[in-house]
Amino acid sequence: MQFGVFTVSDITTDPTTGRTPTEAERLKAVLAIAQKAEEVGLDVFALGEHHNPPFFSSSPTTTLAWIAARTTTLQLSTSTTLITTNDPVKIAEDYAMLQHLAEGRVDLMMGRGNTGPVYPWFGQDIRNGIELAVENYALLRRLWTEDVVDWSGRFRTPLQGFTSTPRPLDGVPPFVWHGSIRSPQIAEQAAYYGDGFFHNHIFWPKEHTQRMVEFYRRRYEHYGHGAADQAIVGLGGQVFMRRNSQDAVAEFRPYFDNAPVYGHGPSLEDFSRETPLTVGSPQQVIERTLGFRDYVGDYQRQLFLIDHAGLPLKTVLEQLDILGEEVVPVLRREFAALKPAHVPDAPTHAARVAAAGGKTDATVHAPADDVTGQVRDEVEVR
Amino acid sequence: MSTRTLAVVSAGLSTPSSTRLLADRLTSAAVEALRERGISATVEVVELRQHARDLADNLTTGFANQALRGAVDTVVGADGLIAVTPIFSASYSGLFKTFFDVVEKDALTGKPVLLGATAGTARHSLALEHAMRPLFAYLRATVAPTAVFAASEDWAGGGQGSAALTSRVRRAAGELADLVAGRPPAAPADPFADPATSFADLLRGSGA
Repeated sequence: MQFGVFTVSDITTDPTTGRTPTEAERLKAVLAIAQKAEEVGLDVFALGEHHNPPFFSSSPTTTLAWIAARTTTLQLSTSTTLITTNDPVKIAEDYAMLQHLAEGRVDLMMGRGNTGPVYPWFGQDIRNGIELAVENYALLRRLWTEDVVDWSGRFRTPLQGFTSTPRPLDGVPPFVWHGSIRSPQIAEQAAYYGDGFFHNHIFWPKEHTQRMVEFYRRRYEHYGHGAADQAIVGLGGQVFMRRNSQDAVAEFRPYFDNAPVYGHGPSLEDFSRETPLTVGSPQQVIERTLGFRDYVGDYQRQLFLIDHAGLPLKTVLEQLDILGEEVVPVLRREFAALKPAHVPDAPTHAARVAAAGGKTDATVHAPADDVTGQVRDEVEVR
Repeated sequence: MSTRTLAVVSAGLSTPSSTRLLADRLTSAAVEALRERGISATVEVVELRQHARDLADNLTTGFANQALRGAVDTVVGADGLIAVTPIFSASYSGLFKTFFDVVEKDALTGKPVLLGATAGTARHSLALEHAMRPLFAYLRATVAPTAVFAASEDWAGGGQGSAALTSRVRRAAGELADLVAGRPPAAPADPFADPATSFADLLRGSGA
């Protein structure tokens, strides 16, 4: 099982100091968080994509490439990649490129994006969200699995004889998760392709996560990818820890009370009861997290949100220390002991390459010199 | 004798409240009218005052907490709905509107609904037709033609107003009972049932 952190890349005022970080500060903080995640022994760092303030992460592959160059084992992912408003051709290119640079440490999570105004900025309409996710992802898969693609659809310019470059590292495309809080159609999409399904597991009650995951697992089996308990499930989660749980509650409360999304609403106590939010001691976080398995089954990836709502970098790095030293080693051991042998491990590039029968170089050599338009023979003759 | 459920949503704020009083009169008349049609009805009342904070939380978090979820499920799963609000500032109360804002917009499609409202004077009575009825038209509910308004004077015992209220209540309840009796028992759609159209069909609708 993989453990890691994911960030939505929000720039939020620290309610305890009234200070709002600059974009540059938050961007550098996220780089520090990613590096620290590897240092303390976590497996995954996932970065969000947004195209409007108060978020800074418009270009995740740039950031992830920097992180890839400064780390060696960390799995790099997204939370999420906007399959609706991005051109699938550009996603195919960018993430294939990143996968080469990161030497196989990349996967990505598709999401629709729920901010209406963003869609028209990219020539789309939020009312077509599901249809965009379906069409764009179908094209993305073809771009990664077929060397030459002829395609026409509803939402982008047709393609004739198009080759997306670079071809996937070792001939195996990055693993894809599909993230959705409440749309069964997206769980259906993940099941149809045998891809992973990720539930954010932060904003809604656990019963909702449970129903989405159950549905995904049932449909995964229906489409013949394996038994329901072999489907690939990832969960989010939100924690804040101090040695004494009262200290954790007191320190986190102002961040909770003023947080984007759910702030100025229910109390910290109400929200902790209604959702998977856990604020307390490391032991409390361990117990609550182990309990996730009771309603989603054995799963492959657990990501925690720890850096939002204006929490200062120093605090976030302390949270990573606690995760790495006290929480994740226990979770790793306990989950592994509970997992039956037929439930797959979290997907990695190496395992996927092995399953595909080994590495193949997928380079497509052009029949003609693109600069002069001459075919190779002519160039050589001259 | 077949059975149906009636959900009653009352947005009254005081205790006792004249809104609840009207809701109760409408409810007992509807139960009686259903009995006359060979249907025994069970009644579940949702007092919105008890969910005032839950509703505010839902606005900020985007989900209904456990207590509110129970209330929403009661309304969505019922065979008929009696919805009664006080009239504030020329319309339904904010609490009443907030409840129907957090119910999924398709969840009340086709549901038989009886509308009621209360206020201090009869001068507010057309708010039923100008505010409440359009709200339920938007929700595609099937609203009984008679909506019942009760002002303070209607509660005065023995007068003409009181008799008129009684006859309106009886007529409205009969209309609701006809709508409920004319429909099969409610079966709310399960979003997690196996999809009616396969993903392959969804794909065929897109590019090739």
